[in-house]
Amino acid sequence: MEIIDILLSASFWAAAIRIASPLIFATLGELICERAGVLNLGIEGIMVAGAFAGWMAVYSGTGLWIGVGTAMLVGMLFGLLHSTLTVPFGLSQHVVGLGVTLLATSATYYAYRLALPEVTSPPKIQAFQPWDIPLLSDIPLLGPALFSQTPFTYLAFILVLVVSLVLYRTPLGLAVRAAGENPAAVAAQGLSVTAIRMGAVIIGSGFMAMGGAFLTMSAFDSFFFEMVNGRGWICIALVVFGSWKPGKALLGAVLFAAFDALQIRVQQTSLAADIPYQIFLMMPYILSILALVLMSRRAQVPAALMVPFNKGER
Amino acid sequence: MRLEPIENPTLARKLVPPALAIIATVVITALLAMIAGANPFSVLGLIVKGAFGSKFALLETLNRATPLIFTGLAVAVAFRAKFWNIGAEAQLYAGALITVLLGTGALAWPSFAILPTLAILSILAGAILLLIPALLKTRFGVDEVVTTLLFNFIFLLFISMLLEGPLKDPMGMGWPKSARVLPEARLPRIIDGLRLHWGFALAIMSAIIVWVIQARTTLGYEMRAVGLNRQAAAFAGIPVNLVLIKTALLSGGLAALAGFSEVAGLKGSLTLDLSPGFGYTGIIVAMLALLNPLAVIMAALFVAGIFVGADSMSRAADVPTYLADIMLATALLLMVLAIMLTRFRIVRG
Repeated sequence: MEIIDILLSASFWAAAIRIASPLIFATLGELICERAGVLNLGIEGIMVAGAFAGWMAVYSGTGLWIGVGTAMLVGMLFGLLHSTLTVPFGLSQHVVGLGVTLLATSATYYAYRLALPEVTSPPKIQAFQPWDIPLLSDIPLLGPALFSQTPFTYLAFILVLVVSLVLYRTPLGLAVRAAGENPAAVAAQGLSVTAIRMGAVIIGSGFMAMGGAFLTMSAFDSFFFEMVNGRGWICIALVVFGSWKPGKALLGAVLFAAFDALQIRVQQTSLAADIPYQIFLMMPYILSILALVLMSRRAQVPAALMVPFNKGER
Repeated sequence: MRLEPIENPTLARKLVPPALAIIATVVITALLAMIAGANPFSVLGLIVKGAFGSKFALLETLNRATPLIFTGLAVAVAFRAKFWNIGAEAQLYAGALITVLLGTGALAWPSFAILPTLAILSILAGAILLLIPALLKTRFGVDEVVTTLLFNFIFLLFISMLLEGPLKDPMGMGWPKSARVLPEARLPRIIDGLRLHWGFALAIMSAIIVWVIQARTTLGYEMRAVGLNRQAAAFAGIPVNLVLIKTALLSGGLAALAGFSEVAGLKGSLTLDLSPGFGYTGIIVAMLALLNPLAVIMAALFVAGIFVGADSMSRAADVPTYLADIMLATALLLMVLAIMLTRFRIVRG
């Protein structure tokens, strides 16, 4: 009964959407990379870097949106590094991706320690505040859940729409998808596979960093170590779960976040009295693996994912 | 630009790019030390001195290298077959868990019996833990990168649960810490008076055994073939899925030995900070060693030296220890690039 009460409360769904937001940004980012044929395992570290860069910008006095832009820019720089090594040089996407994650994470922690050497508890910023959309936010249940969020969350949903439109309705989107399916055909059209793939990784990495920034600038208001805590890896699972389609990935992220929000709430009820809290914390990761198992057979992997393209080579 | 394979690389071709990668790594580290307001030369000097400058430092480095040799081997074995085991961290804890489960009193045997038993059961535990992602890959086609990564989080939470529950040491003053293993279940020191345990020797032996497997056995040949080209290997009649599963068992077992050696050799008990990311660092070790099991020993000593050196540098020069992690990540990325450049030349067009 308690679970039904939870599922019918608006605050539960509001929390689910809030938890989904960073995942939506980062999943979209990974999706763009993979659609162009590049697996980006730098995602976890890029989210850490984005979380810190956005927060640090605001902490040093810029506006919130400038902070979001800063995070995106830092993410794009790591995307440039990743794509330079994996696309024209064709190095192992696994090794480079993990290397970028290590580099981004350690560089972030180094920067944090240098910028704030003395702090014991992390300082706070004035984060994004919820922003009620007139009329819509008055709808029962749906209103508070969907239309009483921060502008950063609205941006996540807008971005899903934009990415879908660009990917499926524009020549650019066609080129990106073709680079991931049949790069030789793209080259035959006189387009540069290298440029398309690098562009996709750079933009995608920017989105990943925004996902990280959401954590420090909207979900919470400070930066701390281990903050991203595997969310990047979960987003890679979400891309598979969403069969590389933005709409389905959004659905997956919300579904996943709903489960996460549910476990947090069940932890506080009498149902959880005898269950160690670690079991609940494991749920998101176990769920991700189950989702992968369920979807992997049906998944339509981009045909040229992880296949380097060298012009003139057959 | 385009890459063109070089037929007969000259000696300079083979040496210059890796040398440049090392120089660039050192320069970047020095620049970062300057950003932190320290003298770059003294920072680099302090790292080298802190790692190799005294008997104490050297022993510390050897101790730190021990788990890295195991995890580096685990990664090297797996990556050679292009089986992306990123879960050495979880497998390490699986070995540590078995060691404290059975070593704290369940098996009250003399050393010569209990130590090999613990080691073998640790290997089994790590192998079984990696068997799950391996089977998910061969049966359902689930990508092992994500599953092994997620397993790290799941397994660490599992350990945390045990350490706050059934495994908690009643004498532990409330800390989430297991009881200590029996004296019989401790790996003795190699030489009396020197703080270096038999885990190090076991690591060296493991490296030699893995080298023999890779260079001298059918399995080693099959693993390489599967890594080079899965389709071609299948076409040549190699049972690809079976080879992947054997690779996973070997890799998981090696990583678990790191946990066994850390508990039985160094720490004596299990805590949540038993490994400061040895599993992940193993990836750097393996890549720097170009996946060669014997070179893993050298790479592990180098990486351990950087960490130990950075610890003492950080205390002396007030530069955050994360400098060591940046240095290693940079070395990793530049080295894979450099190795590629020893075999390909860049041509325009």
